[in-house]
Amino acid sequence: MTVPVLQVQALRAYYKISSFGLDREVRAVDDVTFHVNANEIYGLAGESSCGKTTLIRTIAAATKPPLRVVGGSIVFNFAGRAVDMQKADDDTVAAVRWKHLSYIMQGSMSVLNPVRRVERSFVDFAFRHVGRRMAEFLDIVSDHLRRLDLSPDILSAYPHQLSGGMRQRVAIALATVCRPEFIIADEPTTALDVIVQNGVLAMIRDVQKELGSSLIFVTHDLAVHANLCHRLGVMYAGRLVEEGGTREMFRAPLHPYTAHLVASLPRIGNTEPKKGLEGTPPNLADPPSGCRFHPRCPLAREVCRAQVPPMVEVAPGRRVACFAVTPPARAA
Amino acid sequence: MPPLLEVADAHRVYSLGSIFSRHRLRAVDGVSFTMEADKPEIFTIVGESGSGKTTLARMILNMVRPSSGAIRFRGQDLSQIRGGQARLAFMKQVQPIFQNPFEAFNPLKKVDRYLFMTARHIAGLTATTEIEAATDEALRNVGLSLGEIRGRYPHELSGGQLQRIAIARSLISKPALIVADEPVSMVDASLRMSIVNLLRRLRDGMGVSIIYITHDLATAYYISDRIIIMNKGRVVESGAARAVLDNPQHPYSIRLKQAVLSPEAAGSAGTLLAESAAAAGQ
Amino acid sequence: MRVVLDLFRYNREFAIGVVLLGFVVIFAALSFFSPFPPNDAFVVPPDVPPSWAYPLGTTSRGQDVFWLLTFAIRNTLLFGLAVALISRILSLVIGLVAGYAGGIVDRVLMSLNDTFIVIPLFPILVLFYFVMRDKMSWGLLALAMSCLGWAYDARLIRSVAMSLRTREFTETSIFSGMSMRQILTQEHLPYVMPIVFSTLMNNMNWSIGLEVTLSVLGFTDINTPTIGVMIYWANQHTALVAGIWWWILFPVLLVVIAFVGLFLLAVSMNEHIDPRSRLNRVTG
Repeated sequence: MTVPVLQVQALRAYYKISSFGLDREVRAVDDVTFHVNANEIYGLAGESSCGKTTLIRTIAAATKPPLRVVGGSIVFNFAGRAVDMQKADDDTVAAVRWKHLSYIMQGSMSVLNPVRRVERSFVDFAFRHVGRRMAEFLDIVSDHLRRLDLSPDILSAYPHQLSGGMRQRVAIALATVCRPEFIIADEPTTALDVIVQNGVLAMIRDVQKELGSSLIFVTHDLAVHANLCHRLGVMYAGRLVEEGGTREMFRAPLHPYTAHLVASLPRIGNTEPKKGLEGTPPNLADPPSGCRFHPRCPLAREVCRAQVPPMVEVAPGRRVACFAVTPPARAA
Repeated sequence: MPPLLEVADAHRVYSLGSIFSRHRLRAVDGVSFTMEADKPEIFTIVGESGSGKTTLARMILNMVRPSSGAIRFRGQDLSQIRGGQARLAFMKQVQPIFQNPFEAFNPLKKVDRYLFMTARHIAGLTATTEIEAATDEALRNVGLSLGEIRGRYPHELSGGQLQRIAIARSLISKPALIVADEPVSMVDASLRMSIVNLLRRLRDGMGVSIIYITHDLATAYYISDRIIIMNKGRVVESGAARAVLDNPQHPYSIRLKQAVLSPEAAGSAGTLLAESAAAAGQ
Repeated sequence: MRVVLDLFRYNREFAIGVVLLGFVVIFAALSFFSPFPPNDAFVVPPDVPPSWAYPLGTTSRGQDVFWLLTFAIRNTLLFGLAVALISRILSLVIGLVAGYAGGIVDRVLMSLNDTFIVIPLFPILVLFYFVMRDKMSWGLLALAMSCLGWAYDARLIRSVAMSLRTREFTETSIFSGMSMRQILTQEHLPYVMPIVFSTLMNNMNWSIGLEVTLSVLGFTDINTPTIGVMIYWANQHTALVAGIWWWILFPVLLVVIAFVGLFLLAVSMNEHIDPRSRLNRVTG
């Protein structure tokens, strides 16, 4: 059994807000456990305020107050060396960043410096990791771009001269130039048009295959997950509610929330009526007791309000946290 | 009876750039279509960013003047609408729904205020009882009620609720036409279908015609009667919605449909995605 | 009200500003208890240094510095407040209308605005004095200064108004049937008020400074006691040379306290103004 590239164990990350005498604790990530294997794309699905963005930030060790990791661990395994990002010192984190762990964000402009040429961004991020002289480094970068079907001429362009889709591709090239083992992608195609999105997703697929890296792909768009990811995890209100291989998750979802999400996807060629879900997403500062989905769940029972359903492995690689699927064990 | 809405060869050109290099952007480049008054329908405009669909919507709402061509509502050219009274009369019949439910209302103000304002100024009601009754009725049409919404601020409500309140607000004056610009793209997936279904109910139950603007072909397939596909300001294909989407003819429409990701491909791990460079056509 | 209390408790600059300004205001309020009418001269022995009988000393004109100062600071503050208020109203109206209406209205108003910005204040005010001479009054001067003090902030307000104009809730308001006047006062004003409040303090400092300068040089009505006028008379009697230091020190000290208090208040309002932090507080 190979060691997973990322192992997240019982992670809790809360926002502790105290402004002008008002104290609030937003439980953005509450007891999340999962792992990502080598050479795999793991999709993280969920709607707004489900905690996936906070989870990503925590994994990337980019937490700033008022966000604080309250419990649990995040351990990477880079080429046989275990790195606990929470406990690592600043030097280790800086050495790891970009060389072993990189990210692709939603707004490419948040990565590319708008007032410098694209080449500058590559130098800023990757030069120190590659460790060669500038001329050699630029050759490596140009090769990398060519392999990704991008012309090396983009290096001399400014970000605003490129289209949104092109900028995102440059961001992907930037994130992969050091051949990292783990890439975090946070809604990289959400703001792009459908046709452009297709191209960018294909590029991500190609890059992942070539480098053999692992990817966490975060998006609320289930159709993207269906088409790209190997495994999928669904989050609701700060907790992971279901996880499994993409095909089974879509063919036979177990958790009522996943089932609803899959069933309510409109498809071309299909005019069957679809229903919306009752209720509203919960307030993470004051979440419902027990299973956080119970106020909106068609299968909710007494026990769902009282206890938090544990994540149970119902088949190899398939986990779900729901009392309707795995009834609570009776006291002996 | 004059048609409800007649868009006759509408153009909108923007002149950009500096003194030395002016560059004309043809946001809307000759669009024409007609909607009949006695046949409520959901008319969908599909396009990606830069296709001109939002500019077209703003022209129909009389927020932007066409550079050439005409837009007529119930036979009256929109450019003839001058003066406060005429504008109010127009807004009584044509109302918008915007994309971002969180931006649709002033974060510092209560949401019920806009409903009351609409009832007072656009629907012309005066007595408080009348205003509250009209507001409550509109809210019930969207699955909410005045009791739930009264006194609440935007940040206390979810995107789905806010969008529904925005729809309720547009319904208060019992308009004949609602222009919805990407009404569900910023709403959570679990709440999206209830709003899409609501739009259908408005057409069937209240006889309201809806112009539904979107980039999402799947929801367009689900509720549209007719559809036009726009690219770079021009209409490339139009017709009955299901017919066009089942069998697109124009190369752009075909590419658009191919690019739509289907959940049926689950587990394909990217094999169904087109070749990266070719599909993007960069 | 809760906001003010919160600011007082959590923001040290605000608290200090309030204390300083409060002290000055109380000082000014004491003028209502003065045993001497402000313009009377030679009511007490002249040139007496600070002592128990006369805590801040007396002037060469036989006036008690303490009681004179209460009148002086009161008039100076009132003047500053009057100018600031009138010019705020001007900059609000012009800024909001220019930002919202756009087009030709905006261009005309902004040309007007830029003209007023480049006018050199001091020579104009001196000219004003020479033209008005006998008919010069504090009210007229306040009006003149307000007309010169609105330009900078009008542009600031205009840029906020312009950004608000493009936000979607403005369009919702339009389609709810609200008129431009209603939208400006009910929807946009709450966003602009914090800026207005902060620039009010700045403007007060500016107008007080200008008044003191003009008065010291004698370009105002020197029969009404203000801080500047006090210093003017002190200069006329060559107080510093004669060693009557208390005649100059105490007015200067008091006006500096007022300045610093107003400045701290203006600065601490900036954190409160920032729309992001405001919305954070609204959403709790």
